[in-house]
Amino acid sequence: MSTTLQQPVKFYQTGTFTVGNRLLAPDQRSVQSDMRRTNSLNSGHRACQGCGEALGARYAIDAAMRATNNQLIAVNATGCLEVFSTPYPETSWQVPWIHSLFGNAAAVASGVASAQRALGRPDVRVIAQGGDGGTTDIGFGCLSGMFERNDDVLYICYDNEAYMNTGVQRSSATPPAARTATTPAMGASPGNVFGTGKNVPRIAMAHRIPYVATASVSNLRDLEAKITYAMSLRGARYVHILVPCPLGWGSAPEDTIRIARLAVESGLFPLFEAHDGEVTSHTPIRQRVPVTEYLKLQKRFAHLFGKQRDDERIARIQAMADANIAEYGLLS
Amino acid sequence: MSEKPFAITLDVGSSLANKTGAWRTNRPLYVDRLPPCNHACPAGENIQGWLYHAESGDYEAAWRVLTEDNPMPAVMGRVCYHPCETSCNRASVDEAVGINSVERFLGDEAIKRGWKFAAPAAATGKRVLVVGAGPSGLSAAYQLRRRGHDVKIVEAGPLAGGMMRFGIPKYRLPRDVLDAEVQRILDLGVELALDTKVTDILATMREGRFDAAFLAVGAHLARRAYIPAGEAAHMLDAVSVLRSMEGEGPPMLGRRVVVYGGGNTALDVARTAKRLGASEAIIVYRRTREKMPAHDFELEEALQEGVLVKWLSTITSMSSEGTLTVEKMALDVKGFPQPTGEVETLEADSLVLALGQDVDLSLLDGVPGLKMNDGVVEVGTNMMTGYAGIFAGGDMVPSERTVTVGIGHGKKAARHIDAWLRGERYNPAPQHAIASFDKLNTWYYSDAPKTMRPMLDLVRRTSTFDEVVHGLTEDNALFEARRCLSCGNCFECDNCYGVCPDNAVIKLGPGKRFEFNYDYCKGCGICASECPCGAIAMVPEDV
Repeated sequence: MSTTLQQPVKFYQTGTFTVGNRLLAPDQRSVQSDMRRTNSLNSGHRACQGCGEALGARYAIDAAMRATNNQLIAVNATGCLEVFSTPYPETSWQVPWIHSLFGNAAAVASGVASAQRALGRPDVRVIAQGGDGGTTDIGFGCLSGMFERNDDVLYICYDNEAYMNTGVQRSSATPPAARTATTPAMGASPGNVFGTGKNVPRIAMAHRIPYVATASVSNLRDLEAKITYAMSLRGARYVHILVPCPLGWGSAPEDTIRIARLAVESGLFPLFEAHDGEVTSHTPIRQRVPVTEYLKLQKRFAHLFGKQRDDERIARIQAMADANIAEYGLLS
Repeated sequence: MSEKPFAITLDVGSSLANKTGAWRTNRPLYVDRLPPCNHACPAGENIQGWLYHAESGDYEAAWRVLTEDNPMPAVMGRVCYHPCETSCNRASVDEAVGINSVERFLGDEAIKRGWKFAAPAAATGKRVLVVGAGPSGLSAAYQLRRRGHDVKIVEAGPLAGGMMRFGIPKYRLPRDVLDAEVQRILDLGVELALDTKVTDILATMREGRFDAAFLAVGAHLARRAYIPAGEAAHMLDAVSVLRSMEGEGPPMLGRRVVVYGGGNTALDVARTAKRLGASEAIIVYRRTREKMPAHDFELEEALQEGVLVKWLSTITSMSSEGTLTVEKMALDVKGFPQPTGEVETLEADSLVLALGQDVDLSLLDGVPGLKMNDGVVEVGTNMMTGYAGIFAGGDMVPSERTVTVGIGHGKKAARHIDAWLRGERYNPAPQHAIASFDKLNTWYYSDAPKTMRPMLDLVRRTSTFDEVVHGLTEDNALFEARRCLSCGNCFECDNCYGVCPDNAVIKLGPGKRFEFNYDYCKGCGICASECPCGAIAMVPEDV
């Protein structure tokens, strides 16, 4: 008998790529597949159709709720997430939740954590969350302070790459060439300027805090694992989640997860973890795609694909993706 | 003073008061689409349905779903040309799911474990005659008996199985497998009369007080071609060669065997000749490999075993000494072979003609209202001939002649006969739209190429009649089943439940699938675009 190719038997049809999988043991299934998930951000919120941020927030906070046995307080910066979830007097939050100012979420969270310690309730854990505006721009001073003091807070940034709630103005997380209300697609260098902006995950790492990670709404299991792990640690932790915005990015609402996936698979948004300032792991690219696959689905980049295709800028964006792939070793 | 805390004038409320479903212009709907494999199966098997159970390792449940439509999976897993795999959407991802090999595993498992069919429904008091114990007749008998009818099969040959026994060589279908699956059908209480040829169908029906008949006579008459031959020329036909392999003593073919024809039967004979010790087995075929009606994998297996093929050639004469005159052909613009006048000779101890087969329709002589065309009987969409109460299928009616088609005819006819006996008409449920590849989001499936079935070593293949292709082990079968994409039908992957930003999908629990909560669904369509198997459609709302 000639034997041919033998496959490993541990194969589960969709593995962990889908949200759930009946073939997996219950303890291997995701929080989101659970009929009893907390739905921390409940129905009836006023986010746009296909909102990546609403999805990312429920993914993250549900995972944190499970990890902390529901002993969790969330502090919210001003931004879409706060506005659409909590128009007074209604709220979509099914978790103790506080909002103060645009820029002080990290400081308020530090205070809540201190208060819990003072009350003798170390089991009650604290998350601060905000958009990229509240995190990388307006709240950046408070955030850096929270890191530097190593306060016991997980800060989650839902990055949709501009101020969406107020009408899509540029933030320091807006990528080059992207059209926003304040970086119009006109003139010699249309859209946002190349060489600007900041990489907050790397800045967080520079504070040598215990844990920094990036995540995407397209990679649910990866996101849940990172949040769950972050809640097992004490001290300052930072997770940066890419959340596409159909309104601000000019994409179809049904494409939200597809776009997030293409950002990861093109290399533009590397998924990695860092401990004490050092990168310790990365999530490999499964099916590499050119950045054009990602850019084409978004009207904010439409000027790159006009009558005269802007090959030069496309090449510069591809070079950014290639640099990420090389830096984090994303192909292996 | 207010009883409310400072700066609070309204009670805190839940956003559930805000029915965001009113924003919707498109509505998601759960749909079921027809998987291409099910669509392609000539026996009408619910392939995806049984793979679903096989995926979780519940092989008996899988076998029970499978045998709803086809009572002979172990045979089918060996002889079917699996059009299901040809149409499988997974072929566009990596390779088609090895459906046929999983089917064979289930069939073999059933024989090994002794699984039996459920007892038939309560007796209806109706009697049905089935003529022919081939795939079509056995399939009809099984389906009719399950529905509570009395069934008697009358078979002209000495053993049940028809072409499965007298047309398909042992190295493709071991006889113990065939016997086991036939016996399981008979165990349901089907009566079988062997060595009984029906010569007058109406008389037989009258004498046996049958309420209906299903005719499934196989194409056992070899088609001849006129080839001028010397008196001592050793010329045989493929049907009798293959038939004589069953008991009567193997045919004397000699060391140099030439087979004339290009169908699967020609290959079967050539491969049989090799196994009987022929040093040369040459197929002469008048057209090209692309035009050959035989299946490519069978040709490939034959070539591996040393069978040779002379393409674009016809045999014009055979001398008493066994010298064949072969004329080269050329394809004309329409693709038909035309003689070139160029001839060569070929030495052969025997020439076997495999030029097609016909059905003996003499049992229908004198039946009024029948229409025959090209040696087959015309039937309606309900498989009934022009004579009320007489149905026909398999090789007797116009269609492709394969075991699987025969099984499908038997099932279809049985459903119509059952309805007809009750004075009703069987109306099949309307088919769903096909789940084409563009409906899928294949990102979500794990990467996994097809498991190959181990093959018997070449030396043993050309010297013995041992089975050439082996079955999968349980591990491999499970792996293969799990490669199914579940095209067009929800397999409860929870994606829609997970990816909804509005928490507007209600999970109903294992086996119960999901519901949309239209009070809150904004109609973004993420669920539809992230559904791996295309089981969600977006339809416009009336606005």
